[in-house]
Amino acid sequence: MLYLLVALIHGLATNPNFQWGLIGHNLFDGFVLKGAVRTLMLTFLSMLVGVALGTILAIMRMSPVPIVSGAAWVYIWFFRGTPVYVQLLFWGSIAALTGQHVAVQIPLTGIVLFHTSPTQLVPLLLAAVLGLGLNEGAYMAEIVRAGILSVGEGQVEAASSLGMRRLQTLRLIVLPQAMRVIIPPTGNETIGMLKTTSLVSAALAYDELLQSVTLVYQVTYQIIPWLLIASIWYLVMTSVLTLGQFYLERHFARGATRSLPPTPLQRLRALFVRNLTMFHARQATESPTRTRREWP
Amino acid sequence: MSAGEPALGRPMVLAEGVRKSFGRVEVLRGIDMQVMPREVVVIIGPSGSGKSTFLRCINHLEKINAGRLWVDGELVGYRQRGGKLHELKENEVARKRSEIGMVFQSFNLFPHMTAIENVMVGPVQVKGESKAEARGRAQGLLDRVGLGDRGDAHPAQLSGGQQQRVAIARALAMQPKLMLFDEPTSALDPELVGEVLDAMRGLAAEGMTMIVVTHEIGFAREVGDALVFMDGGVIVEAGNPREIIANPQHERTKQFLSKVL
Repeated sequence: MLYLLVALIHGLATNPNFQWGLIGHNLFDGFVLKGAVRTLMLTFLSMLVGVALGTILAIMRMSPVPIVSGAAWVYIWFFRGTPVYVQLLFWGSIAALTGQHVAVQIPLTGIVLFHTSPTQLVPLLLAAVLGLGLNEGAYMAEIVRAGILSVGEGQVEAASSLGMRRLQTLRLIVLPQAMRVIIPPTGNETIGMLKTTSLVSAALAYDELLQSVTLVYQVTYQIIPWLLIASIWYLVMTSVLTLGQFYLERHFARGATRSLPPTPLQRLRALFVRNLTMFHARQATESPTRTRREWP
Repeated sequence: MSAGEPALGRPMVLAEGVRKSFGRVEVLRGIDMQVMPREVVVIIGPSGSGKSTFLRCINHLEKINAGRLWVDGELVGYRQRGGKLHELKENEVARKRSEIGMVFQSFNLFPHMTAIENVMVGPVQVKGESKAEARGRAQGLLDRVGLGDRGDAHPAQLSGGQQQRVAIARALAMQPKLMLFDEPTSALDPELVGEVLDAMRGLAAEGMTMIVVTHEIGFAREVGDALVFMDGGVIVEAGNPREIIANPQHERTKQFLSKVL
């Protein structure tokens, strides 16, 4: 087993097809970095739209008014039921459709309020954010709803008995407590979103990270090394997001637990200390046989 | 008329034939009750007798299915216009609830807020008091329930008895004209019951109108102006606490008292 593993690593490291030298040389290349930044921006904006929309949809779905909850249900049904790739293509073609001269004017007066030059109305970035964000909203709605449901009914009753209204109760009492349940899956969604943004390269040809490297290897045919460059950056970005999620969770754990979980640094330190004390303890105790206590 | 200074002579709570069903189960089967201002009425009875449900009807946490229920001369949850009942809007229900304090069996403190924030949140958010003013009054209320030094603690860091006292302070912060207690000591260790009952005793001595659902017969005898025994959704017996406890008239009351005393 060990031999196979070593052989595999050796093979990976020395295989000329991977061109590790080329990877190291181009990892911090200007347009690779630019692509990575665009991927981050796309992720951030789409999640912003998704979380805001999801929260509104979740609250709508729990409304006592049937029309309001019904509308949210239909939205979630539609956007969860169609592939995000199809939705992206759809927004892309709207961007192309409106790539003609568009003007809005007040009828009968001829006063033009605004007009656009071709392809300006729905620019690629907006199409990408709309496509990803509107889809994400449907998923976030269910996550936020699960969070709201996780807060005990007694909390709502206590708030009601103080005279708080429904939305006040949601904002001040329920949502802050729901965050503990909402954040872990939202971190998951954010990492998922970071990778889903790569679909945008194929659907809209917006030059985020994957599209940036694709443009290069289409010319140079060095497919594997350039895909590895993109993968390295995706890994780096998801790692940073994971760390961010940890600290966010810790922040919202206040009040729910008596003591906060240790940070990775604290845990590392504790590991060393514990091993040391265990070592000493093992030396001190002999065979641990249990004896009944003798009462006088 | 300001809250806390009700007109004497008019009942604070008046119930006539109140009925309530959950699905096909009728929990309240015609409750008549009258609570005068500054009175302490203690409701006892076996679990499932409807005593908690009746308490929750008084601040409209549950809607009644039949009968009439007034608090301080106004119908609970409805407005009567030309012989017809119209349901109140959310805002109006909320405003009326804010005049009635409620203390729950499971405390229901807001765990993401400190003790003093729990006491402040009602006055600031519902009454629009300034934070400084609300903080000052909240500190006074915490002092009064003996927790003046624990204002910065989160509920998880407090004992059950301390949490329930914070919950009492939170309800009092709204300056209610009526306080409802739903088995306030049932979730507490026996050792901690006393401190909560002491806080309630103090409140009664100051003239607060209170309806208390409890199993603490001693508290009923000592503090209660009236004792109500409920079973199966009806009031079986009501009257002077000392007389009922010493000499219950109904067989069912005798049975129940013999078990809890």
